[in-house]
Amino acid sequence: MKGRPAPAYGLLRQIDALARAVLPGGLTALLLMLAAVPVGVPGLVPAVALPCVFFWSVFRPAALPPPVVFALGLLQDLLTAAPLGAGVLVLLVVHGLAVRWRRLLVKQSFLLVWVTFCGFTAGAAALGGALQALLAWQVLPVPPGAWQALLTAGLYPLLAWLLTRVHETMMRAEAAP
Amino acid sequence: MIRLSVPLRQALSRLSLPLLIALAFGTMLLGKADALLAERARMVLADALTPIWAALREPVGALRDAAREAGTLLDMRAENARLREENARLHRWQAAALALEAENAMLRRQLAYLPDAAPGFTTARVVADGGGTYARAVLLAAGPNHAVRKGQVALDERGLAGRVTEVGARSARVVLATDINSRIPVALEGSRARAMMVGTNGARPRLQYWPAGNRPQEGDRVVTSAEANAFPAGLPVGVVRWTASGAAEIELFARLDRLDVLRLFDYGLGGILPPEAVARPEPRAKR
Repeated sequence: MKGRPAPAYGLLRQIDALARAVLPGGLTALLLMLAAVPVGVPGLVPAVALPCVFFWSVFRPAALPPPVVFALGLLQDLLTAAPLGAGVLVLLVVHGLAVRWRRLLVKQSFLLVWVTFCGFTAGAAALGGALQALLAWQVLPVPPGAWQALLTAGLYPLLAWLLTRVHETMMRAEAAP
Repeated sequence: MIRLSVPLRQALSRLSLPLLIALAFGTMLLGKADALLAERARMVLADALTPIWAALREPVGALRDAAREAGTLLDMRAENARLREENARLHRWQAAALALEAENAMLRRQLAYLPDAAPGFTTARVVADGGGTYARAVLLAAGPNHAVRKGQVALDERGLAGRVTEVGARSARVVLATDINSRIPVALEGSRARAMMVGTNGARPRLQYWPAGNRPQEGDRVVTSAEANAFPAGLPVGVVRWTASGAAEIELFARLDRLDVLRLFDYGLGGILPPEAVARPEPRAKR
């Protein structure tokens, strides 16, 4: 945008760009807070955080820089009873890997992306479980972690559908002059 | 915004992820070292988010109710079968009750039975324990124009509690069945044997003077008897309990240690408490 003469409604345009830049992180944070409402489903917050971070890392990495991922991880850890920092690390690792492989993933069909995401989920559950066990210095039972991973993988299609809509809207807005 | 050269910016963006991962490890160590800090941060966040959650509680609750409603709808089939079965069973009982009622009516006709009038009653709140002449008595608060009379029978929601002994303008005193001065004619419901229930100031009054050959059994129900015209017959009193030392006691149905409201029934019985005959113990005259 630099080097071009600012249009008459420059302020509006700037606000628009800013809103678009903030939207992925803000939406994810909002979803996290909504997921923290006690509805009787355990582990909903991490199960919402991981698909969101994965989706934006793959399809719009510029809107989700690592500091934002860090902040989201911190929010997730504070909203849940997990040891501080474990969720941060998991989200950062997922973000890093997703950004690295995004050139491959962007071109694939939804199903393949989902399968990849399931792999990510399993890895994230293993890493998170290991970190929690290490930090608490005790062996943790496996079923809650497995439930967590299943819930995360199952929530992905729903969240991806929603986020795809948002993403398409944003692209359309950017394509407009 | 600070202008940075392109290679520097690229290097920074490449460095930021490893740096942040290191920072995540640092956070972990910090959270481990200072658990209070994490706790405080959680509380601050929860405080900030509480309004949102409070606003969301209504729709979430509605959703949850809807889900529960759906669950009950699914269970309705089994519930219906259970209710049908229960209804059939209750119908059998109803038939038995109706037959017994008819038989009872027929027997009453043969006896030319005079039914008791339904007694009127006043309900009064217990405001104080003890005091007065008796060791086991309660004070009732009655309204200014109360209908409480001496000799009325006091029952709590389970059974006999005692008898009104003193009546003031706004209060009345009830001597409880456990008082050492209390003598109440009772009957064993099973054998119809008459006996006396004698207060001991303890929690369980004694059962005395039962007819020979009618030894009360453990667990027999005890009801009031109409002997001496002080009580109506058949008010529930308690059950017989034998002590280890071989004395028959009565475990009262009424919970005298936690009375809050008593019903005072007026059966219109003169009995052994003729009005004003035993107003209050006079100091004995010196001779």
